[in-house]
Amino acid sequence: MISLKNLTKDYGSLRAVDHINFEINDGEILGFLGPNGAGKTTTLKMITCFLPITSGEIEVENMNIKNNQLEIKKLIGYLPENNPLYVDMTVYDYLKFIADIRIIPNFKSRIKEVVERCGLNGVVHKPINTLSKGYKQRVGIAQAILHNPKILILDEPTSGLDPNQIVEIRELIKELGKEKTLLISSHILQEVQAVCNRIVIINKGKIVADGSTEELQSNFQNKTKLILGLMAPEAEIQEIPKTIDEINILSISKQDENSFIVELEFESATDKRAEIFNFVKSQNWTLLEMYRENISLEAVFRNLTIEGGEK
Amino acid sequence: MNLTLTLTKKEIRSYFNAPAAYIVLVIFLLLSGWFFASPLFINNQANLRSLFGIIPLLYLFFIPAITMGLISREKNSGTIELLATLPIKDEQIIMGKFWASLLLIGIGLLFTLIHLITIVILGTNVDYGSLFCGYLGLLLLGAVYSSIGIFASSISSNQIVSLIISFFIILFFFVIKYFLIFVPDFLVGLFQYISIDYHLSNITRGVIDTRNIIYFISLTLLFLKLAQTALENRNWK
Repeated sequence: MISLKNLTKDYGSLRAVDHINFEINDGEILGFLGPNGAGKTTTLKMITCFLPITSGEIEVENMNIKNNQLEIKKLIGYLPENNPLYVDMTVYDYLKFIADIRIIPNFKSRIKEVVERCGLNGVVHKPINTLSKGYKQRVGIAQAILHNPKILILDEPTSGLDPNQIVEIRELIKELGKEKTLLISSHILQEVQAVCNRIVIINKGKIVADGSTEELQSNFQNKTKLILGLMAPEAEIQEIPKTIDEINILSISKQDENSFIVELEFESATDKRAEIFNFVKSQNWTLLEMYRENISLEAVFRNLTIEGGEK
Repeated sequence: MNLTLTLTKKEIRSYFNAPAAYIVLVIFLLLSGWFFASPLFINNQANLRSLFGIIPLLYLFFIPAITMGLISREKNSGTIELLATLPIKDEQIIMGKFWASLLLIGIGLLFTLIHLITIVILGTNVDYGSLFCGYLGLLLLGAVYSSIGIFASSISSNQIVSLIISFFIILFFFVIKYFLIFVPDFLVGLFQYISIDYHLSNITRGVIDTRNIIYFISLTLLFLKLAQTALENRNWK
């Protein structure tokens, strides 16, 4: 368990992290989300004992970070931002060096295990600087999990990878999340949505949201959007809200001669789909499509971080 | 295995993985060889005195070159974050790097023993006691300069900046004896004490005085401590 209490970090006069509080429970996969420069990396660097804290407290497994740095470092596996590696070493030498520093018993079998797990089999004896970015990222993750840490902290683990590599790395992260407490920072929403079960959103050094993916989506807008594809006269479509209560038309866009895409919004949480269908039927219109669109996490994120910026 | 030693091993390996260490060693040996051979042929003097005289000057160029990257390169590439978040103390990081650079200097000095063999073959009587003192002095000097180089490396993420800073700090200790005539009388003692040459010449003359040894060791520890402080203070970004 990691708990942050009133954690603050100043770089000179700039306050990068401003009195943040949250806890990461055992077994949780927490996505730490925020726009660039929001303070994500700074927070992670403080948890991993790299940067000193200005004020506040960090506790990892009930150990205060101020006097237990070595013990805490042993518990954490860390993939720093931009994945720094000793590029002149081979993958094996690099992992061997990490194993030596971490004093891992039976390092040979452990390295073999990790190499297999991270899909590094073919490149073990190649120098790291000859590897592709995706492989380098795997080496970085292999380094982080080598000592089988209880807590894994990954700072933007998929940044700069191509879509295939992103999928591969995400699979690996999901796999790792089954057995470890995971803290992943990202500015990419889909990523967090895909792998995390809890999200903390930070903006300008402050936490603006904390909750599960679903919670965040539902808290931020109860309203659901309904998209209709209709073949009907435009003027009559405008009349729908007059017949059905608590409905707004957001937009009508013309598809071709006589079909339209209509975006509707419910004012309350009640489902009006049946009513709409019956209405369409009664008017003898042709219904081409009808689907609900949940307010995306993206919208929540934009909402939070842009509003936060204006405050 | 000891963590400091693990790091030293890694640094030594990275020295010899790159051409830089070989180039430095080769140039060091060429120059020291030349300064040994020229009095041998021109003045018919078969001794190591001129060699011992020139090595401190060679150090002035070579030690900043071999130490400049030790920490600044890690800062520049970001690997310092990796290293500092591993369960290793900052002190061990600094010491690991210090031993690596001292080891490289030791390897350079080891090669100069070939000149000793030349002298022995030529039949000169060798005073092994003063020879030992000479090498001890050079090793202690190498330790001081290495610690200065590591300190300079720890305060910048640019290797060239580190090189220049360590060059000038070493130069200061190197030339201070020439300024003794300009300082007021009551300061002469102090300046003389600071001057590296004053302590080195005692040792190379064959006098091993604890005061001189303490001077070298304390200066080394001072700069290593400064480097450690600079490393701990990670607010450079």
